[in-house]
Order: sequence, then C-alpha cells, then structure tokens
Amino acid sequence: MAKSRHRPRLGVFKFSSCDGCQLSLLDCEDELLAIAGAIDIAYFPEATRSDDVGHYDLAFVEGSVTTTHEAELILDIRARSSTLIALGACASSGGIQALKNGAETNAFIDTVYAHPEFIKTLDTATPISDHVTVDFELRGCPVAKHQLIELVAATLRGRKPQTPAYAICIECKMAGNVCVMVANGTPCLGPVTHAGCGALCPGYTRGCYGCFGPKETANTAALATRLADHGADKRQIQRLFSTFNTGAPAFRDEAKRHE
Amino acid sequence: MSKKTIKVDMLARVEGEGAFAVKVKDGEIVSTQFRIFEPPRFFEAFLRGRDHSEAPDITARICGICPVAYQMSSVHAMEAAFGITVDGPLRDLRRLLYCGEWIESHILHAAMLHAPDFLGYAGAIEMANDGHADTVKLALELKKAGNAIVTFVGGREIHPINVRVGGFYKVPHKRDFFPLREQLLKARDLAEAFVDWTAGFDFPDKARDYTLVALKHPDEYPMNEGRIVSNRGLDIPVEEYNAHFREEHVAHSNALQGFMTDGGAYLCGPMARFATSFDLMSERTRSAAQRVGLGPENRNPYRSITIRAIEALYAVDEALRIIDAYEMPDAPVAPFMTRAGTGMAATEAPRGLLFHRYRLEKDGTIAEAQIVPPTSQNQPSIEADLSEYIADILDQPDETIRLLCEQTIRNYDPCISCATHFLDLRVDRE
Repeated sequence: MAKSRHRPRLGVFKFSSCDGCQLSLLDCEDELLAIAGAIDIAYFPEATRSDDVGHYDLAFVEGSVTTTHEAELILDIRARSSTLIALGACASSGGIQALKNGAETNAFIDTVYAHPEFIKTLDTATPISDHVTVDFELRGCPVAKHQLIELVAATLRGRKPQTPAYAICIECKMAGNVCVMVANGTPCLGPVTHAGCGALCPGYTRGCYGCFGPKETANTAALATRLADHGADKRQIQRLFSTFNTGAPAFRDEAKRHE
Repeated sequence: MSKKTIKVDMLARVEGEGAFAVKVKDGEIVSTQFRIFEPPRFFEAFLRGRDHSEAPDITARICGICPVAYQMSSVHAMEAAFGITVDGPLRDLRRLLYCGEWIESHILHAAMLHAPDFLGYAGAIEMANDGHADTVKLALELKKAGNAIVTFVGGREIHPINVRVGGFYKVPHKRDFFPLREQLLKARDLAEAFVDWTAGFDFPDKARDYTLVALKHPDEYPMNEGRIVSNRGLDIPVEEYNAHFREEHVAHSNALQGFMTDGGAYLCGPMARFATSFDLMSERTRSAAQRVGLGPENRNPYRSITIRAIEALYAVDEALRIIDAYEMPDAPVAPFMTRAGTGMAATEAPRGLLFHRYRLEKDGTIAEAQIVPPTSQNQPSIEADLSEYIADILDQPDETIRLLCEQTIRNYDPCISCATHFLDLRVDRE
C-alpha cells in the first residue's frame, strides 16, 4: 500500500471460523489503541456497530468459505479492497472444518441436526485463495500476536511483513529446546510445519501438531517414515496430518497416503 | 392497521454471526426471532473416529473466546469415562486456567462489547476516543491479566496447548509465578474499580422470573465441577443432563435451542451462578457486590454487566488464592487406562453451562460426541426477553427499539460460533 496522509481504512471480515484470529487483534491490549490511532477501523462487527461500507485499503479476512453466501461475499470484499490478507489457518487452508471435504456432508448434517432440510451449506470448506487473489496469508491456528502486529506495521509502511518461512525446528533450536522426537520418540510435525509460534509445543514437551500449516517444500513423506520408525501406526499418522490445516495440499496428500 | 418488522441483519459486538427480527402488528409483538446464521461447522461429526486425546485441541477450535471451557469439559468427560479423578495441584491449575479465561472473556464482553450500549457508543474504540480512554485502558490492562494467566498455564491465550486428558504436558515451578502474582495484585484493584464503573450505568428497570441453571459445588464458586441445580429445586448429577434438558432444531437458526424437558426456557451464565452460589464467593467479592447493591436475588439481566465485573474480580481473587497455595505436583499428568464407556461432564464457561458427552471405544477412540454450548441453551430465553422487554417502547422510533433489542441480546454475551452447531435484528411491523 502506498504511503498516504490519511489513515488507511481497515475492514475485518469473518467467514466460517472460531473468531480466534480477529480476537487476536483485540488481544493486543498494549497496542490496540495505538493501532486504532494509526488505522481507521471502518468495519469490524465484532468490535463496533459502525458499518462503514465502501472501499478498504486493508481487508483482514478470517475463516474459510463453507456456504454459497460466503462464496459471493468474498468476491465483493475483494472488489472493494486494495490489500486483502487471509488471517489464520481457516482462511489460508480451510481450517478444521475442511475435515468435511471428501466426506458426505449430508451424513455430517444428520449427525448434528434433527432437521437437515433447515441447513444450507457447501460440501467443502475452502481457503480464501481458492476464490480470490490473496495478497498475503498469515498462518496459525490462531495467528501469533507478534506476527499480527508486524503485519499491521509492515502494511502501514508499505513493506513485506517479516514472517520467516522456515520450519518450526529452526525456532525450536533457537529456543534451546530438547528435541521431543529424538529424546522421547514423541511424534512431532516440527520439521514440516511453518514457523511462527516460537516452537511452543516442544517447549511444553509435546510434539508440534502443525497449527501453522506446512512450510514450503515440506518433506512430509520422510517425516512419516520417521514417525513409523518410532512406532506410530498408519491411523495415527493419518490423524496427525488431518487437523487444523487438513486442507493444505502437503498435509492433505500425506494423510491420504496413510488412509 | 399497522404492520412492521424491526430487524438487524448483522448484529455487531457479539462473537460470531447472528441476526434478529421482531414482528409487530397493531402495536403488539407477534413474534421475536433470534437467528443464528453463522455457518455450521459440524464438530460432533468430526470427532467421530478421532482419539480421545485429540478432543481438547479440536473442541477448543469451536470458540476463540472460550477455548479453555471446551478443553475443560472435554478432559473431564474423558476422565469420567476412564474412571479417574484429577486432584490436588493439577485440579488447582485447571481452576487457575479457568479463572484466566473468565477474566479475559468477561472483560472483553463487559468493557468492549456491552458497555458501549449503556454509554451510547458504536464500540469501545469510539468510547475511548470520546473521554473514556482511561477506563478503556484500565479494562484492557485487566483483560491482559486474564490472558497472562491463560498464557502462563496454557502456553498461549487462544487455543492453549498445555491441556491434556489427565492433566498437563508441563507444570510450572512455584518460583515461576512471581511476575504473574505481581500483575494480579495490581489487576485486583483494577477489577474493583471496574465493578464500580459498570455499576454507575443507567439500567433499564426490567426483570423476569427466570429459571436459572448452573453448576453447584459444596465448597467453591462453580467452575470445573458440581451438580446441576436451578433456583426452582432442580438438583441432579451431570450424568442426568439429557433426562432433564433437550435441544430442538428450529428453521430460523443454525444453532440448536435448549429447553428443559418440561418445555420451559431457562437461563445459564453469570446471573444464574451468582444467584445459586453467591455465598461461595470470596469475602472481597461479596463486599464489592454489596457496595453496588447486587445480591443473589437480582433478576434484572441488564445488570449482568456488573455481575460479570464481579465474577472477574472473584476470578482474580481466586487466582491469587490458588497461586499462594500452589505446590508443584510430582507429575504433570495422572496415569489412566482407556476403556469402553460413556463419559459426561459440564463446566461453567464464561457464558454458562457447557455440557460434553462422549461414547468411547475400548482403545479410546471417540464413537459419538455431544456438545451443548451455553448460547444454545440461552436462545429461547433471549427470545422471551425480547418479547417482554420491548413491549412498552413499541411506539418509539425503530432505531430506539433496535438499540434496546441489541443491548438485551448482549446481556447474554452470546457466543455464536459456539452455538453453531447464531445473529441479524429484524423488527417486522405488520
């Protein structure tokens, strides 16, 4: 976004999601009022009744597309936004609800609802980039607060956000953690997962469960072999790749190999 | 003959997507509909075939504001199925984590989502920009203390990573609590001031004779365990939940609606807990309640904002009590063996009773899951409130009616993402 004198207009939009990623913005307790001073929060229904529609310099989109209404709405938001950013795992890979992709949606509706005929939903949960051009995807389930602030700061200055694309393993080494897989044989997605959380789970002696999604060129097959060497069965490996980024191609394809 | 519909198609300052419509004919309300259009996400279906150990992390994703509640109800249900009880410091740490979520969630709602209704602003940022900056900053500081607890015990504020069936992955040393304790001591003063600030609002003079449902524990204000009780004499173990409550699927909502099996609507959440367990709050909390003229007899739902503030004060007080008594346990997790069976648990989410039931196979695989969130249970009560509380202002401009409707719905701190398995305001005047 080019530098301008007026405060850039921000719109925050929710699609199918838990609200956690946009809540991360309200959780920036120390920075929130400063952010509100630098940016004109024109549309953010979770925070304000004002619904200033029109053009947005910056659009944050949380959630995945799971209804025909959402599929139409995202086209409209894209058309009215200069920069569109997908916030979090749902927006960037479909989220946990992408577990319904490839399943019989009607069977799912029958499981939850007494009157399936009242429910209107698509058969798939898809990332925002399947529908419109996305300028940047911020990973995480939920996004990391420090990365969200970096994203806002970078966007205000018209530069690319500094969000390293290496694996969780790098963050884990930098944090000085003992490797949970080497030391304890704990299944860990650290080697194939995009950095961002600061290797939180290994710091608590549990394996990474991949909530930041696959890093680029993730060697999931090699990791799966290693997991099997440590005694994980096919079902465990399949489930490990099928959680909050189950719709991300690298994780989805690896999971399929273990069905 | 006059007809009209007053509606809001996208209710703001709630968690998730909901709408509302009131139909009015000849000056009388014909119907009120609280609609949840948040798309369904089918968690009960996803859980089938997953391992019991995955339930706390998967169900956390139902709601970004109250993930701890989902984690707590799920682990307690699993532990009930496996026949184990997690006690001592591990139980205390769970309660501490829940205190953090109550503070964070209550202050978010009271200060940022609900207070603007009482003061006539579109949102908290508009409020801060118009003379209330100090209070908004105070509230943010208090909310931050809640988040600090969740981060300290759970690893991060949203979707904590440290909760597991049987306990935790890692538990803190006693010495690690020092900075958090200092932060909470300051937060306690902020919480006292916040109670007084909300108590100074003008409250609509409205009340109903509600059926109030909450957990009740003999020794403590309810969070993680207890029997399910009501102000009308209901007193059952959690395992009998389905015999006394049922969920109905109505055409206007993607959330199931909760009723008692005798057909009546009921209310759960802060006002219900306050009414049934007031005497179990800390002395400091009861004094604050007394100072602002609130007691267990309160049935004015608009004053729930102050009850949330009082519960937040209680949670700070209780967190400090737990921290001072804490001794590091020998192991972070209690041992257990999986077995076939059914486990049920209810805990007190910030918005009210959250019931989970799982049927498990011998190896711990989930065969069936049932999750009943507080907002589903409160929907019929919300619709009943709308019918009753706006009846005397129907001659006023639509915008006045609309604002009171929104404020009324926000009394419940509705969590729409939770309930979908929620909201837009329409008033139809015919």
